[in-house]
Amino acid sequence: MTINTSRRSFLKGAGAAVAVLAVGIDPKGALAASTSEAGTAITPFVKIYADGTVAAVIKHFEGGQGTSTGLSTLIAEELNMELGDITFEMAPADAAVYNNLFFGALQGTGGSTAMANSFMQYRTAGAAARDVLLQAAAKDWGVGPSELTLSNGVISGAGQEGHIGEFIATAAQIEVPAEPVLKAPEDWTQIGNTQKARRDSHDKINGEGIYGMDIQLDGQMVVAIKRIPQYGATVASFDDSAAKDVTGFIMAKALPNGAGVVAYAENTWAAFQARDAIEVEWDLSKAETRSSDEIKQQLLAAVNTDPQWQASETTLDATTAALEGAAQVVEREFFLPMLAHATMEPLSATIAATEDGGVIMYDGAQGPTINHATMHQILGIPMDKIEVKTLYAGGFFGRRFNAGADYIVETTLAFSMTDQTRPVKLVWSREDDLSGGWYRPAYAHKVRMGLDDAGKIVGWDHRVAGQSIAKDGPFEAFYVKDGVDISSVEGTAENPYAIPGMHIGLTDAAPATTVNYWRSVGHSHNAYVMETMMDVAAAAAGQDPVSFRLAHLPGDTADQKRKAGVLKLAAEKAGFGKPLPDGHFHGVAVHKSFGTYCAQICEISIDEDDYVQIAKYTAAVDCGVAVNPDVVKAQVEGAIGFGVGHIMRAQITLDGGVVEQQNFPDYEPLRMRDIKAIEVHIVKTNEAPSGIGEPGTPRRAQHSRTQSQPPGVIW
Amino acid sequence: MTIKLKINGAERSVEAEPGTPLLWVIRDELKLTGTKFGCGVASCGACTVHVDGEPTRSCQTYIEDVEGAEVSTIEAIGDDKIGAAVQQAWKELDVVQCGYCQSGQIMSAVGLLKETPKPTLEEIDDYMDGNACRCATYQRIRAGIQRAAEIVEG
Repeated sequence: MTINTSRRSFLKGAGAAVAVLAVGIDPKGALAASTSEAGTAITPFVKIYADGTVAAVIKHFEGGQGTSTGLSTLIAEELNMELGDITFEMAPADAAVYNNLFFGALQGTGGSTAMANSFMQYRTAGAAARDVLLQAAAKDWGVGPSELTLSNGVISGAGQEGHIGEFIATAAQIEVPAEPVLKAPEDWTQIGNTQKARRDSHDKINGEGIYGMDIQLDGQMVVAIKRIPQYGATVASFDDSAAKDVTGFIMAKALPNGAGVVAYAENTWAAFQARDAIEVEWDLSKAETRSSDEIKQQLLAAVNTDPQWQASETTLDATTAALEGAAQVVEREFFLPMLAHATMEPLSATIAATEDGGVIMYDGAQGPTINHATMHQILGIPMDKIEVKTLYAGGFFGRRFNAGADYIVETTLAFSMTDQTRPVKLVWSREDDLSGGWYRPAYAHKVRMGLDDAGKIVGWDHRVAGQSIAKDGPFEAFYVKDGVDISSVEGTAENPYAIPGMHIGLTDAAPATTVNYWRSVGHSHNAYVMETMMDVAAAAAGQDPVSFRLAHLPGDTADQKRKAGVLKLAAEKAGFGKPLPDGHFHGVAVHKSFGTYCAQICEISIDEDDYVQIAKYTAAVDCGVAVNPDVVKAQVEGAIGFGVGHIMRAQITLDGGVVEQQNFPDYEPLRMRDIKAIEVHIVKTNEAPSGIGEPGTPRRAQHSRTQSQPPGVIW
Repeated sequence: MTIKLKINGAERSVEAEPGTPLLWVIRDELKLTGTKFGCGVASCGACTVHVDGEPTRSCQTYIEDVEGAEVSTIEAIGDDKIGAAVQQAWKELDVVQCGYCQSGQIMSAVGLLKETPKPTLEEIDDYMDGNACRCATYQRIRAGIQRAAEIVEG
């Protein structure tokens, strides 16, 4: 068999010959191999084609966080090939086989779990593929497998040499080892390699990469939705007569769930114009009418009363007693606004009928099996006739996964109201995106910290109030324990700091909008508040912010050692404590989230007009084994920008229940000039990989003016 | 109305209503989806194309105003020496994350380097100010532009 350079041309000419070897797990969870292109009966993690092409099958969608590179690296490592030589394919939606090990029977990406989930799975599959290929070559050549080696797609030894594609048919007949031998860390050449070889880079620099927004199917209708103006409103009636003047307008229909009116059109521009031309009378009888100021006052009042829920082992009484015995108490209140995700790609998904009476959805799917179930429920089509094609996602930050599966429901409902002969593509505008809900909720915090004479924390009374993301939704059982939505308080009580007498209280607030997970979720506000309070307390204790934090990380636990480790590394690399130019200041923050420790030292400059710029961020991160150090660095760089950009200027506000922000001028994103430099240092460790997409986000590492600020509400 | 324009070197004739943004003609009629929709109000730069060589926000450019113009998009920018250098630099530095803004970033970067072959950091920050990246890949974009300048210089 000759080696073909083009897989497609080979497939066309090969007839019934074996075209692919897929290695993965069978329905019982055992390692298995198959020669079916679709991987029927098994879940492939790696495919080896007859031309020698190796493809990693990526079960966690690619939204920029680097899963296509990370999971491919694990396969490349075990197959002794260069990362730059492996391709990837997105996995189909199948909760039974591609479920997230942390989510139960659900295939999805979130909580920065992609690598923690996949580190063993993909390496094991890669090692199994290597094993059966070597055994196959040995069988074909009549030699022992131990005489052979696999390197860069070529099996050689015993005077023979052949391409892996030559052995896939034989390999498929060989029993897959139950426990293949993984490469030892000291033999790794790809895991931990600092190369820059993102697998999605090529597609994204020449316009070839296809995102949900880019789907162009023959005959498709494009739909835009005139959405409810505020939470709780519904459509009373609508008039589409003006829309009929828009060339390309097809029809308008009210969503059966009352959430808006769908404008169907021949193209996107016509859909937007028609949508804008539709007049809707809204039923506002159950609509939210509060403004942000009212909500802020209500939340601040809530943190000044006894909390509804106790979210720590320590009781409020115990902490109150500890504070009474303190040498001094520092106290601050905080209000953190609602935030939008504002992914660069506004939401879009397309649904089309298939020839077998089923449907297919094209989506940058964060939770493909949620798409699957949603279509099944709305359309009544059997699950096995529903397909989800996962595309690139133009950012997510949590937006594409929520309790209501909002845009998936919308797309499916819009399709269900047609004769279902034409594909339906839903497009959100930026105005839809910023004003359409699913925000990081607003939170108020109040913290009272007691210090002893030596400046040690002796008590910490921390109260949080805000709208629960998980309650009354499908993920309630996962997130809510004894009344406490852990996504509201994560990062507080379980923080590695040695803090005695720490009470965490939580009060739920009435819904103001739909709310959602937002990059780093609860950590986004909890770390902000805790780290600001560490600065306030350090100043009260007369200590510098690094020493004060290290004094509360004595190293009694591995957790404390790792947290102290990143702080020391960042401080050293940033030259913390050394003189800075005039008008420059250092700010400090360190936090653990998603199993990862990240410290940041921020150097800001303030000019005579009080204009603040970020001169440099120096970060240190300990995320266990850094499978792709450069992707880890990129994630920390990006997360810092995402986090601080919101702290600097972006917020969602309500006026009489209506969102005031419509487009980027009202929700100004971080721009290039805002941060002059970011340096990321990675701790070398053999710990198992932990999260990296989110842990760089949650903190407040600007120079803290709170040190000199009087008590009051801090933004 | 029928509009004639030259897109990536090819003469094309398209049917569009007056007032239709060039962006939607490029994406929905010509099916060149590398040019992205980000905001529709020229605030994010994702839709940047070159019109007669000038970086232009296609979401705020009416189709009737580009009659007879030469439009080039991300799909063809690699044919340009500076465009190819920018793409090479982007790959060398692994600039992209989600990638959705990068077509626009690259088109703007090419515009900058055509105007200013060796831009300072301040000049880069100024020129690129209108191109938003929600993944915040800015520092790699900045480095990518400097690297592309080196590649062009040879």
